[in-house]
Amino acid sequence: MSRARLLWRKSLNVLMLTITGVAAFSVVSVLFLILGYLVYNGGKSLNWAFFTQLPKPVGETGGGMANAIVGSLKLLLLAALMGLPVGLMAGIYLAEFGGRTFGFLVRYTTDLLNGVPSIVMGIFAYSLVVVPMRHFSTLAGGVALGIMVIPITLRSTEEFLRSVPGSLREGAMALGASKWRTIATVVLPAARAGIVTGMLLALARVAGETAPLLFTAFGNQFWSPGWDQPIASLPVMIYTYAIAPYDDWHRQAWAAGLVLLGLVLLANVGTRVVVSRGGASRNA
Amino acid sequence: MSLDATATERAPSPWTGRALLRRLAVGDEVAHLVTLIFAFIVIIITALLVYQLWLNSFAARHEFGWHFWLSRTWDPVLEHFGAAPFIYGTLVTSAVSLIIAVPLGLAAAIFLSELAPRNISDTISFLIDLLAAVPSVIFGLLGIFIIVPLMRTMIGPALKHTLGFLPLFQGPNYGVGFLTAGIVLAIMVVPFIISVSREVLLTVPRDQREAALALGATRWESTWKVVVPWARTGITGSIFLGLARAVGETMAVTMVIGNDPKIVTSLFAPGYTIAAVIANEFSEATGKIYLSALIELGLVLFMITLILNGLARLLIIATERGGGHP
Amino acid sequence: MKKTVLSMLLLLGLAVAASAQPPDNTVLLNAAGATFPYPIYSKWFSDYHQAHPNVQINYQSIGSGGGIQQLKAGTVDFGASDMPLNDQLLGQFNFKIIQFPTVLGAVVPTYNVPGISGDLKFTAKALSDIFLGKVTKWNDSEIAGSNPGVKLPSDDIVVIHRSDGSGTTFVWTDYLSKVNADWKSKVGSNTSVNWPVGLGGKGNEGVSGLVKQTPGSIGYVELIYALQNHMGFGLVQNADGKFIKASLPSVTQAASGVAAKMKSDVRISITDASGAETYPICSFTYLLIPETISDAAKRDAIKAFLNWMLTTGQGSVQALNYAQLPKAVVAIEMKHIAEIK
Repeated sequence: MSRARLLWRKSLNVLMLTITGVAAFSVVSVLFLILGYLVYNGGKSLNWAFFTQLPKPVGETGGGMANAIVGSLKLLLLAALMGLPVGLMAGIYLAEFGGRTFGFLVRYTTDLLNGVPSIVMGIFAYSLVVVPMRHFSTLAGGVALGIMVIPITLRSTEEFLRSVPGSLREGAMALGASKWRTIATVVLPAARAGIVTGMLLALARVAGETAPLLFTAFGNQFWSPGWDQPIASLPVMIYTYAIAPYDDWHRQAWAAGLVLLGLVLLANVGTRVVVSRGGASRNA
Repeated sequence: MSLDATATERAPSPWTGRALLRRLAVGDEVAHLVTLIFAFIVIIITALLVYQLWLNSFAARHEFGWHFWLSRTWDPVLEHFGAAPFIYGTLVTSAVSLIIAVPLGLAAAIFLSELAPRNISDTISFLIDLLAAVPSVIFGLLGIFIIVPLMRTMIGPALKHTLGFLPLFQGPNYGVGFLTAGIVLAIMVVPFIISVSREVLLTVPRDQREAALALGATRWESTWKVVVPWARTGITGSIFLGLARAVGETMAVTMVIGNDPKIVTSLFAPGYTIAAVIANEFSEATGKIYLSALIELGLVLFMITLILNGLARLLIIATERGGGHP
Repeated sequence: MKKTVLSMLLLLGLAVAASAQPPDNTVLLNAAGATFPYPIYSKWFSDYHQAHPNVQINYQSIGSGGGIQQLKAGTVDFGASDMPLNDQLLGQFNFKIIQFPTVLGAVVPTYNVPGISGDLKFTAKALSDIFLGKVTKWNDSEIAGSNPGVKLPSDDIVVIHRSDGSGTTFVWTDYLSKVNADWKSKVGSNTSVNWPVGLGGKGNEGVSGLVKQTPGSIGYVELIYALQNHMGFGLVQNADGKFIKASLPSVTQAASGVAAKMKSDVRISITDASGAETYPICSFTYLLIPETISDAAKRDAIKAFLNWMLTTGQGSVQALNYAQLPKAVVAIEMKHIAEIK
């Protein structure tokens, strides 16, 4: 009786533990499935023209997405210029100066902003930039992405600044440095690798965003000079090309998907390497 | 750069006698003020966002009032707009995704925190974090070209065959619809559930496990009856986070949901979610009421995610406070 | 480290800004709207850019409803719509609009029925009842009746319609309203309607994509989309009772004899037109140009393009299976170009 029970408990043990292992590996295999499928389909269609040519009109095969690649870079640049400083400085405020009540308020709104669905961010940038300017524009897309960059940068900056050991600060203060000098010369450099990682990850995250660009950056089949014109971007191109019925467009959508995923994963893996080499003090 | 600035400011000048000016010159107050301004910007942006949504949805709120939440009609011709089909679609797809993702994610998190050797666990967690970084439009791309055909030829017929007696699995199977969207969402939220749950599980004190094992419990029993209950609140928090992502997800869902504002029982049927209808119809909404109805949907979505995120944070903080200290 | 990243970003920005600097006299025009004529428009704008490198017209096919809305919001320089703007819609604009028909197109029922390779014939009643949800199986007598000898399967019919505001939908529902009183009272005609049944796809692209991927489905798309994607599409019974397959001659036929009427007003519905060889679901598609354009460079570019479109441009439409504008209509429009100030 109790033997049977023991046997049952032991087999349940093995069974459940196996199931958890299978679950973990199947989730990971989804990643490899995605990668494999994209490399297979995208690799077939990726060629030099993809990086150098403009899209061709419907019905003509060939062409590329050079304008969308540059477009995505321009949008990211704007997002970085607008979002990173705000995130960085506000992060320093929270970690170093933040008062109790106001600090809580900032932290709470940051979480809120982080949770705003990307499509809602699109509406926001539309009514904030597109309507007053009466123009879809690179700028509007940059604003939408820039705002999304802020909360991610802010929280990671705060976290990494806080992880700098108190002894470092105390040492600097003891030598007579002011608080600001301590932050600028001791604390920030110590947390540098982590902060930069957070920034790059924030940019990698918004690089793949499509929804906020649909009615801000819009689209463009040509080059988009300056900053006040509609502009093509990789994620939006993937979307419009994937739902279209043309086989040649599907081919290009796969290629674009591969390029986009490659960039995003590269940023993620790259920063991970930087962090482990830079010896950031966070034990994840 | 700011360093040089403070250095020059530090240079003694004849009129820096008073204490305040001295502190200014040292840079502390300036730095405090500057960073404070940036922190304020975050609050201003968020407030502006809420204000814009509130302001621009005025026409629809005024026209339909509370009826907007319950009405099932979405008729751009007669300008009757109701949010019910979209709220329903959002809830159903999120529910389906959680039904798939929670057991899967929890099991994987248990494996990673309790069983796997640390280096394997770290590697797998890293790969799972990468999965979380894949842009949603790529999930949509794979959804259209892999999951939709699979749904039509294999998953759908198999479900009809085995569970076809349930109203959930009846009716024509188009390939696109609630279930397909739910599956795609499940793949997207599972990394969140795993990585948060794993971290929460790792905070459970070692002596809890050892005590259970010493009493003769098997590995599984100690995990399931001691460790998981200990981390229960945090795990629930991770599920809320996943839910918040599922609710707000736009592109991948738009590409596989079928875009039809109907409330139907069958999971094979095409539906529509709040985020998807905004993505599809925002740039073409003719007329003030139509546009403002879409913005009100945006407001609804914002409020749902606000509540979910808040709950998730509270739960995670509660566990970390309760069981996190060594 | 941070400086490296920052300077990298800066360099990137400079490179980007420099590489994309346009020649000084470049005119950038933005337009949006109908998907129905998207293939010919994308060809026109691309050809025109090659012939006139200083003019760049960016056209995004977001649907006729979108074209009208964005023009109203002033975010584009001109719009495009398959639905001519009626007086009520024009009243919502705070500026005047001149409408230019550009080509004639047709909307065809396209389907994906397992085991059927030939062309199916649809009566007006069958089409409207399918889209009303009254006919739900492919072997229903309403379909089988007009297709003797075809072995139709008993599969469920999957109706696929546009999810966005679309002129194609307008033409389709305009036709269904003319031939079915039930449809007219229950659903009506517009760029987007409250569909009784079916799945929504975004754009002609979305609908034909869904039809292609869904066995047992029927949708409606612009003729050229069906042709380009090698999809089967059906014959439709016209007002004279004959089953007609959409083609250049049968579409051109629908516009014959309307020029006289268009002199006073270019907004004319030509669905369900009479004539033995006429395909019944046809329409003009329109560019919506503001009457007053304050930017002289833009105004001249638009006028020059319209001129080119009505002359040289018309030469390339048949290759894409659109019907050319009748000569008399071109003459009327030439006069309208002069009205743009």
